[in-house]
Amino acid sequence: MTAPLRLVVRRREVVPPEATRLRVEISVRVPTNLDVVEETVDLVARHCLASGISPRAARFIVRVALCEALANAMQYGNQLDPAKRVDVRAQVDDSSLELHVRDEGKGFDPSSIPDPTDPTRIGLDQGRGLFLIRQLMDEVRFNARGNAICMIMRRT
Amino acid sequence: MSFTVRRDEATGVTIVGVDGQLIVGNRHDLKKKVLEAVEAGETKFVIDFAATGYIDSSGLGVLVSLAKKVRETGGELRLAALNADLRTLFELTKLDNLFTIADSTEEAVAAF
Repeated sequence: MTAPLRLVVRRREVVPPEATRLRVEISVRVPTNLDVVEETVDLVARHCLASGISPRAARFIVRVALCEALANAMQYGNQLDPAKRVDVRAQVDDSSLELHVRDEGKGFDPSSIPDPTDPTRIGLDQGRGLFLIRQLMDEVRFNARGNAICMIMRRT
Repeated sequence: MSFTVRRDEATGVTIVGVDGQLIVGNRHDLKKKVLEAVEAGETKFVIDFAATGYIDSSGLGVLVSLAKKVRETGGELRLAALNADLRTLFELTKLDNLFTIADSTEEAVAAF
C-alpha cells in the first residue's frame, strides 16, 4: 500500500503594483508509482478548480495534461525507479495556470519526438503524450536538461 | 475505476464499460479483459465510454493495440458514447479515422 500523498497549498497576495491579485500555489511530491497518478491528478485538479479555473479546464484539460506529464516523468524520466520522486507544482493567478512537473531523470530532447498523427505512426500504441499536452495547453516549456516541463494555460 | 464486461446474447457483441478513467495505471486491466474474451472466441466488441471521466495517451494506445488484435481475428472493436471532451482526444490524435465511433452503445451494437 502506498503512503498518503501530502499536498501543500499556499495562497498569497501578489506584492504591488498588482496588489489585488491572488496567487495560489499547490505542490505535491509523489513516488514513482503509476498507481498514484490518478489520485495526484485528482488532488491538483480539484484545487485548481477551487482556485477559480473553469470547470472544463479542471475536469478535462488539467487532468489529461497532468496525467501525461506524470506518466512521462515516471516511465521515461525516472525509469520506474521507486526510489525516485516526481515534483508537481501548480500555480494559478488571474492571468494563467502553470503546471510544473519535474523528475529525477537524465532529461530528453523534446524536439526529438515525432508527430504521432503522421500516417506512418498513426497505428502505433504509444508516442501521443507530449503531442496531447502541446495540443491542450497554450504554451509548453522545458528546462535545459529536459527533466522538467512547464505547461501554461492562459485564462484570458 | 473499473471495467465491466457483458455479452449481448442476441447479437453476440461483447460490451466493455469504462467506469472512471482509462489511463496509465489501469490500461492493462482493460487489455486483459478484452484479450480474455478474444481468447474465448469473441469477435465483436463495443467499448462503452458513457461513464468515463478522461483518457490519457496510454489509454488511447491500448485501444489502438486491442483494435488491431481484434481485427487480426476477423472481428472489430468499436467505440461508443464518447462525450465532447473525449471525442476531442480522438480528433486531435486523428484516431477518429481509425475507429468506428457511435453516439450510443445501442447504436454501435445494432450496426454490427
